[in-house]
Amino acid sequence: MNTIAFAAASPDAAPVMPPRRVLGAYLAEARSECLRYLRAPGFLLPILLFPGLFYLVFGVLMGRSEGADAARYLLGSYSVFGVMSPGLFGFGVSLSLERDGGLLTWKRALPMPPGAYLLGKMLMAMGAATVVVLMLLAMATGLGHVVLAPMQAIALLVTGMLGVLPFCALGMLVGTLIKGQGAPGMLQLVYLPMSFLSGLWFPLSMMPKFLQQFAPVWPSYHLDRIALVAVGLAHEAVLPHVLVLAGFGAVFFALAVRRLRRYG
Amino acid sequence: MNDTIVACLAAAAKRYGSLVALDGVDLAVRRGELLALLGPNGAGKSTSISLLLGLIRPDAGRAELFGLDPQRIEARRRIGVMLQSANLPPTLRVGELLRLTMSYYPNPRDFDETAALAGIADLLKRPYGKLSGGQQRRVQFALALCGRPELLFLDEPTVGMDIDARQKLWAAMRTLVAEGCAVVLTTHYLEEAQALAQRVVVLGQGRVLSEGSVDDLRKRVALTRIRCVSDLDAEAIAAWPGVASASRDGVHLSIATARAEIVVRRLLDADPALDELEVQRAGLAEAFTELTREPTAELEAA
Repeated sequence: MNTIAFAAASPDAAPVMPPRRVLGAYLAEARSECLRYLRAPGFLLPILLFPGLFYLVFGVLMGRSEGADAARYLLGSYSVFGVMSPGLFGFGVSLSLERDGGLLTWKRALPMPPGAYLLGKMLMAMGAATVVVLMLLAMATGLGHVVLAPMQAIALLVTGMLGVLPFCALGMLVGTLIKGQGAPGMLQLVYLPMSFLSGLWFPLSMMPKFLQQFAPVWPSYHLDRIALVAVGLAHEAVLPHVLVLAGFGAVFFALAVRRLRRYG
Repeated sequence: MNDTIVACLAAAAKRYGSLVALDGVDLAVRRGELLALLGPNGAGKSTSISLLLGLIRPDAGRAELFGLDPQRIEARRRIGVMLQSANLPPTLRVGELLRLTMSYYPNPRDFDETAALAGIADLLKRPYGKLSGGQQRRVQFALALCGRPELLFLDEPTVGMDIDARQKLWAAMRTLVAEGCAVVLTTHYLEEAQALAQRVVVLGQGRVLSEGSVDDLRKRVALTRIRCVSDLDAEAIAAWPGVASASRDGVHLSIATARAEIVVRRLLDADPALDELEVQRAGLAEAFTELTREPTAELEAA
């Protein structure tokens, strides 16, 4: 932080914020962000339970006849489907509501450390993504008879935790474009078609050829490939997909930050 | 002089599309003073505050906070803010909100002291969303003052408060000013400005219409009005010492003066037949109405 430089430059006795207090502010912000959503189950539960329910019906119950490999495949895909949701909705809906309600304006006027607000939301989304993947893992191994090596389970968990980030950025971008109550509907319009078109519900091989060729334009496609590598159903280099996701994330984030700076 | 100015706008202009929100406003807030910003809706009060807080950028001119760009966090660490509307997270408890806001500041006020000063000690355990509108305003006030600010922005702070709560908030504001905190207050309640402000700036149509103490403002417009039925010559009276203006309206004579007692005595001496004498001192409200209703005429009169 450049607080110290300023204190030296100013003849006025400007208060100096010690680094410890700056860190404390980040922690306090992250803590509040988590607390407020843990106390609002109406917001969080659908995000957590929706993918779980989907997996239970399509992966465990209906997939039973297809064998454990189907359950394993759907574990990867539905993890991605489940991980997208806290990113898109946790970030997008809350941001657009808070822009609408004046909370963001107030926070911008306060000396909140830059980024603390977004960091808090990010941690919350990562936490929710972790819960989603753990839940699916439990269902897959407990009910779906999927056998995973510990490293595979950990790889999937890490994929979920980090994979939520580009979708946070996308949710944030939508949240800066739409104010208030319109955001959830708009995000559904992004979320559901994108999930479908990148093969999260049905394997891409079951889809028309041109949709298959089109799939790599969606970030969720790339996260799905990584998840499938993690559960051992695909064998390909992960790095290109990671780079594509990082690129998507960076572009969405940059656009969103630009809009936030300009219009708040 | 410059070192005592904690925030200023210099020839600041801001337009939204074709709407001119601020049209070259100069405004300086001095250390430790309570400055009231008055004006009808759309006069530019909120835009001025947003510029000083760095929430928006001026199209022309400058906005400064402690000599810095208001968007610099070092400047904002020295201010406290209470905005007109801010939906704070409803599920967080009041105490949690207070601790969170305190964490942003280098040297915040003591937790219990803040709660006592803002009158929210009994609300600390309650979720913010369960509070009444007036209680929420008190919490927002606590959050504004918890950082031990040198400059406090209060945008319509007492809207939705009952009389008792408003009195308590006034007392708290006086305490803060006594500690040396400068306050920028926007309000619709003129008695609030009258009770608290050392200096009043009246905005209208994006410009500063008047600036001065409450008494200055009142004096400036609210010359006492004398009305009576008399056949004295209005033009001659207008030349009397202490008379600002005199005019005839049918049988009625209308005189504006700052020294009503002297003028009335002279009137009665000059016309024993004088009838229907009325002497009325306009309050701040009337001064304000007149200022904002006829901005151009008032500027010329100045």
